[in-house]
Amino acid sequence: MRGFDPFLNFAVGGLLIIGTLLVYAATKSWYASAGLDPQYYMKRHIINIVIGILLALGTTVIDYRLLRAYTPIVWGLAVLGLIVVLVPGVGSTVNGARAWISLPGGFQIQPAELAKIAIIIGLSMILSERGHGKDEPTHKDVMRALGISAIPIGLILLQPDMGTVFIISASVVAMIAVSGAPSRWVAGLLIVALLGGFVAVKVGVLSQYQVKRLQSFVDPTADPQSSGYQLRQSRITVGSGGLVGKGLFNGPQTNGRFVPEQQTDFIFTVAGEELGFLGSGFILLLFLIILIRAFGIARKTQDPFGRMVCVGVIAWFAFQVFENIGMTMGLMPMTGVPLPFMSYGGSSMFANMIGVGLLQNIHARQRG
Amino acid sequence: MNQRTRLSLLVTQTLIVSLMLALFGRLFYLQIGAGAKYRDAALSIQSRDIVTPATRGLIVDSSGVPLALNRVGLAVTVDRSVVDKQSDKGVAVLTRTSTLLGLKYADVFRRTRLCGELPKADQTGCWTGTRYQPIPITKDADPTKALQIVERADLFPGIDAMPVAVRNYPGLAGVNAAHELGYVGPLTEGDLAGLNGNTYYRSESIGKAGLELQYDKYLRGKPGIKTVIVDRKEAVTRESRNTLPVPGDHLVTSLDVRLQASTESALADAVARARASGYKADSGAAVVMDVKTGRILSIASYPTYDPNIWEKGLTVQQAKDLFSDAKGVPALSRALQGQYAPASTFKVVSVVAAAAAGYNLNATYTCPASVKVGNRDFQNFESKPQGTITMKQAIAVSCDTIWYQIAFDQWLKDGGLSPKSNAKDYFFTAARSFQMAQKTGIDLPSESVGRVPDRQWRLDWYKQNKNFYCNYQTRAAKSQLTPFLIALAHENCLDGYMIRGGDAVNFSIGQGDTVITPLKLTQMYAAIANGGTIWQPTVGRAIVGTNGAVIKQITPVILGKIGASASTIAFLHDALHQVVVSGTAAGSFIGFPVPVSGKTGTAEVFGLNPNGTKKDNTSWFASFAPSDKPRYAVVMMVSQGGFGASTSAVGVRKIYETLFGVSGSTANPTKAIFPSGPPSALPVISPTTKVKTK
Repeated sequence: MRGFDPFLNFAVGGLLIIGTLLVYAATKSWYASAGLDPQYYMKRHIINIVIGILLALGTTVIDYRLLRAYTPIVWGLAVLGLIVVLVPGVGSTVNGARAWISLPGGFQIQPAELAKIAIIIGLSMILSERGHGKDEPTHKDVMRALGISAIPIGLILLQPDMGTVFIISASVVAMIAVSGAPSRWVAGLLIVALLGGFVAVKVGVLSQYQVKRLQSFVDPTADPQSSGYQLRQSRITVGSGGLVGKGLFNGPQTNGRFVPEQQTDFIFTVAGEELGFLGSGFILLLFLIILIRAFGIARKTQDPFGRMVCVGVIAWFAFQVFENIGMTMGLMPMTGVPLPFMSYGGSSMFANMIGVGLLQNIHARQRG
Repeated sequence: MNQRTRLSLLVTQTLIVSLMLALFGRLFYLQIGAGAKYRDAALSIQSRDIVTPATRGLIVDSSGVPLALNRVGLAVTVDRSVVDKQSDKGVAVLTRTSTLLGLKYADVFRRTRLCGELPKADQTGCWTGTRYQPIPITKDADPTKALQIVERADLFPGIDAMPVAVRNYPGLAGVNAAHELGYVGPLTEGDLAGLNGNTYYRSESIGKAGLELQYDKYLRGKPGIKTVIVDRKEAVTRESRNTLPVPGDHLVTSLDVRLQASTESALADAVARARASGYKADSGAAVVMDVKTGRILSIASYPTYDPNIWEKGLTVQQAKDLFSDAKGVPALSRALQGQYAPASTFKVVSVVAAAAAGYNLNATYTCPASVKVGNRDFQNFESKPQGTITMKQAIAVSCDTIWYQIAFDQWLKDGGLSPKSNAKDYFFTAARSFQMAQKTGIDLPSESVGRVPDRQWRLDWYKQNKNFYCNYQTRAAKSQLTPFLIALAHENCLDGYMIRGGDAVNFSIGQGDTVITPLKLTQMYAAIANGGTIWQPTVGRAIVGTNGAVIKQITPVILGKIGASASTIAFLHDALHQVVVSGTAAGSFIGFPVPVSGKTGTAEVFGLNPNGTKKDNTSWFASFAPSDKPRYAVVMMVSQGGFGASTSAVGVRKIYETLFGVSGSTANPTKAIFPSGPPSALPVISPTTKVKTK
């Protein structure tokens, strides 16, 4: 058994440390001026990281191939969570999406984050099993894969959490593409995704809140009071950082709380303003290292199941990073997805760390 | 791993790395490419400028007595951004406020509207500032009422009360000087946009008229700016800049409050006397100038208004009255904006013209009852024949016919209706040497210019009016269709483009199309008095800092010399003295102990008053004194005031009485306003300087 990939650990560790500082920077003066503990968010964030690291280690302990056995349980729990969250009085609504289950102690969990892992493992299983002597998944395999993804995706659509739907759908398409499935499927799925997005806006599947967010992406001045305001503030905050930034804890936009949700979805704006192009570029570089190393693992592993898991995790991380940072810089519409390894929030942190655990697990158990 | 999987893995990797590179590119664009733009945007989001207005400098008279001061008033202000959001657009809260303060709702409504929000034709009393500053509806609120507003913020949303600096014109010694002092007011959007080349801060007040406008850049000072960094809830997180206000500098003028007050009352008195004699006497002006420097010692215009009304908050009625014909348009300064035919006061120019044309000023001339020019008889004033008299006597008794004859002869010599190319035009040349068609250049805004109807002017005039006069019967108003005016229009249509005999004759006695401002005539008589020097009149003497240091001396400027020889000027001194000794002004100056030289003028005015009556004559008296050592030029004009002597000359005598300390027929030099001439040293400036008592 080989050890863990040190570059991957370095990049993830770097993001966790920088993320902790940014969460502190985003909340310090806000809490201090309200007479509260300025380290409140940072402390809880560190607890989340510690739990996340334990989960990641736990994920690496048992051979990932044995995980297959637990897949139906993980999937079932995720779907159950997604159903429970929709029950009025149980799920709590934040920013228009009923996505959180409140737990005692002020903690909240987001079943959609768990669903990401369930779908990735479930799909990897279906798309890598070769029971009929064939090297590639059949039409039936692809349909089964789509079936088990469609149920959680549909439930998340009901919340509605469009950002997560986008990330999961993109990951599913990427996995099917790499699995060697007939390319007609890949093309077809891409067309369906585009049409689906268009129809969703036109027919009104999207709630008013979602449409507003999408419109304000197209025209940031359309609604200056809410989402357009946020996008504008976010872009200004990143842009005002310049080359070297205003210095950690010294960002006037951040300290003035001009960007809402800054410790969670808009954490990247803190990096943009306070660390400048050098600091935020370094963060992008760390994400790029994680993705490149993960591709390396995917290429080297001889096990199709492990490769599919790698591809799923890569697509998940990549699309989530692109959606989140793209949103803060005005490249993508506003959807409430956190930045992996950096945003404050337990469920996302736990899921991301399990994802890293999976990558290291596969790396450690490569043959040859 | 088969080939196909390897390929699709590579494609996916390329795609994902491209996505990451797109983020790098966007980040580079935002932070490096457009970084400066976003830094500015961030700064404007985070920072707020709090402007503390500077204390405006004082305006004082030549001995330091304040003409314009600052005092603390209690302003009640309206915040439009709050009031407009009320469900009834603020009607209820403004009504409540008006009732509490004892103001009319209509006035309060109007005062809180931007000028652009009101119909173009009816914007009087509107707010000339911007929407983003608290709009004062009064600066003189009763403290107990203001307190009610502050305490019951629930009843008065968007209404606030705060102490503010109020510009105050204290009117010491009874002085008014509204036209000269001007007033201050809020900035307009145009001012803020830098249309006049200056940079202002939103809550500043600036000079809008008179000296307040002319010397605004000195008086205004620099406001203090405190820049604070605010958070999203507008709570101040820290202070980034704090500059203290720099108070404005003081303006020392050459005016004297006692003389100014006396000039104003002499003028008002002249108007009242003319009205008592049955004249309309709608307006007037009086100016006192130091002939050695051109400095203005007093300057008055009638009718006037209280200069403090602007700061108190104009009512709609007050704003309308300022420009109402029925009230005599009090906003207009007659001294420098009114244009009137100078009539006989112009004869000093004619003397200079005659001397230049070679006439012997010491010879005798006939003064018949009338002179025939072409087919028209030009009458002497009141058609009195005076027989054969000297030119000096002709000036003294104000004979017109002698000038008709000289002007007509010279017009004929210049070629008459077919003018020579080298026409001498002695009369026009003399008028131009007095700079009659130029502004005096006084340091007050909005001065009007007089008119010398010479050949070029007539050509221009004809081009503009030919169509009107040639179609007079169809284009003129019904009231204008008198046989005389129709005949005049016919003549104008035929040969209005050239100087006709009648025009030349009219010009020689300051009638016809000749007009002049009272200030210009003062400048001309001061030039005669001082031996021929034309001074640019000045009101400001110096700009003095709050620490007493002189920042700028305002030195009088010589604009030129009148084109008259020393002997001609000596003749004028002699003749103008004779006017007061034995001529038309003798009656007005009986027993006056200081020798005065001057000239009466009684100008005919064509046209009708709004009520259809014929306009009365303009009454003039232009003078200087003492005759032997001239120091002061004094001019008074009363529009529709009747005779020059009985209305204006008497008024001028009253001004001289104050100036020289005259009571009855004795002059007491110790009671004179300036026992040893107008002060040359600058006074110490203090808001508490008292008026000197004689």
